[in-house]
Amino acid sequence: MKTLAALFFLLAATGAAAQTTLLNVSYDPTRELYQEYNAAFARHWQAKTGDKVTIRQSHGGAAKQARAVIDGLDADVVTLALAYDIDEIADKAKLIPADWQKRLPHNSAPYTSTIVFLVRKGNPKNIRDWDDLAKPGIGVVTPNPKTSGGARWNYLAAWAYALKKNGNNDAGAKDFVAAIYRNVPVLDSGARGSLTTFLERGIGDVFLSWENEAFLAIKELGPDRVDIVVPSLSILAEPPITLIDKVADRKGTRKVAEEYLRFWYTPEAQEIAARNFYRPIDPKVAAKYARQFVKVDLIKIDDVFGGWQKAQKTHFADGGVFDQIYLKK
Amino acid sequence: MSAAVLKRRSVLPGFELALGFTLLYLSLIVLIPLSATLAKTLTMSWEAFWAAVSAPRVLASYRLSFGASLIAAAINAVFGLVVAWVLVRYKFPGKKLIDALVDLPFALPTAVAGIALTAIYAGNGWIGSLLEPLGVKVAFTPLGVLVALVFIGLPFVVRTVQPVLEDLEPELEDAAATLGADRWQTFRRVILPAVLPALLTGFALAFARAVGEYGSVIFIAGNMPMVSEITPLLIITKLEQYDYAGATALAVVMLATSFLLLLLINYLQWRSRRTSATS
Repeated sequence: MKTLAALFFLLAATGAAAQTTLLNVSYDPTRELYQEYNAAFARHWQAKTGDKVTIRQSHGGAAKQARAVIDGLDADVVTLALAYDIDEIADKAKLIPADWQKRLPHNSAPYTSTIVFLVRKGNPKNIRDWDDLAKPGIGVVTPNPKTSGGARWNYLAAWAYALKKNGNNDAGAKDFVAAIYRNVPVLDSGARGSLTTFLERGIGDVFLSWENEAFLAIKELGPDRVDIVVPSLSILAEPPITLIDKVADRKGTRKVAEEYLRFWYTPEAQEIAARNFYRPIDPKVAAKYARQFVKVDLIKIDDVFGGWQKAQKTHFADGGVFDQIYLKK
Repeated sequence: MSAAVLKRRSVLPGFELALGFTLLYLSLIVLIPLSATLAKTLTMSWEAFWAAVSAPRVLASYRLSFGASLIAAAINAVFGLVVAWVLVRYKFPGKKLIDALVDLPFALPTAVAGIALTAIYAGNGWIGSLLEPLGVKVAFTPLGVLVALVFIGLPFVVRTVQPVLEDLEPELEDAAATLGADRWQTFRRVILPAVLPALLTGFALAFARAVGEYGSVIFIAGNMPMVSEITPLLIITKLEQYDYAGATALAVVMLATSFLLLLLINYLQWRSRRTSATS
């Protein structure tokens, strides 16, 4: 058995050496998405050039993954949850140019998502919008935005709603968001842990979720346990992708890696995104899946918060607004 | 220490070689990584260091981390001693099985332990659903942290005390009884002095393990700022913010505190050994 395994490993290794291999470092919930996308791209690349390409995947918390790349993980491309993590790769390790996000269309985000509410079946507490989350007696489950990239979108979506409601008054928004976080009984370190707390431990009445994760939860659990509620306003979550220039140049994989990213902007790949519950950016594909994705007023992080760097510094850095919410008691 | 002590002849040769190897090995495995931590901290100014390690949230986490670890180690010292005593002194069916059970917290991946504990202590779990009506919440409170730390620390006490108890002949207790000692006196004057050094070692190991524990605790703690955040979680939080220096600053404080506490325990152990040797 052991020899067999060794032999298999040897074969796999020699087989891989004869063709190009890319490493895509991604965040946690994109496993299924990239499984499908990688297979499609391998077919596309072979049809176009006759060469074989294998894509290896690495998944984990977005910040952990970015840190691995900064510390020397040989990623040809990264596909992470938010631009801030990729900014850090540019800033700390100088592996990519600072204006990396302008290199591909749509802020380098070929698929998007948003934040929705996952509530218990039948919505017994009648949760309709962000105001309901701030009411006393409602349990809100969301991960800690300081450890979870995804949870930062949740927080900022709530903030954006509060700003609009209070006529762009920061103090009012802070009180509103603080009221929501007073209703949070558990701050897990990551999104999947939070979902477990909500579903398996039965804690809370509403779980703030990425839309694609919410659909995935319903797909896996069946439709009889939870419902999706779409609030009146939410945030446009843009998980960006980029080439890691220095690694790709060193490995000589730039051409195929660039094509790997550009392939996202084809109708075929956009269909894959939509099938995996990410909102496609291609208008035709979006029209086809319009029934799946409820139309909602989506604000952009650049418009309301002046970009990720600024949002991070104001809200999530040590001593930032999120810390202040918990310190004044 | 005189040269004569160092040069004392032993049956087996190779003292210099063994000492050299020990120093090299400890440097590679322990000292170099620790000094890298320290070196990263030295990139901070004193003010930045102080601000990082004395923020209110951080102070609250020290209280929880060190407080819960000390209490958990104390609980384990008492009940671990009982478990070891039962395993050594009595014969009963299934003893081998129970003996093996003690090691499970060693072997189990800590995340699995954390998830399992959370599942049974949450409001809808087996134990949690019994405690909740009584107003006792375990999961997602500091009490949950304590439960997890007791769980992972148990084998350390049992496994250090057990061999000492095995060496302690039951005849000693009989002798004490014939000399007129009552049960409490036998325990207090005969058994306890003999096992105390081992018990303190077990306590120290359980404590050290608990202070550094991350995997099992984060699932059950609830991780609320100022209430149920352990220091290792704040270190991870700082890493997620790419604040390497801040993370190592907290690590240095934890290391220094743990080292001082362990030194104190070693001193107590040395004293108890001396008193048990002279009495």
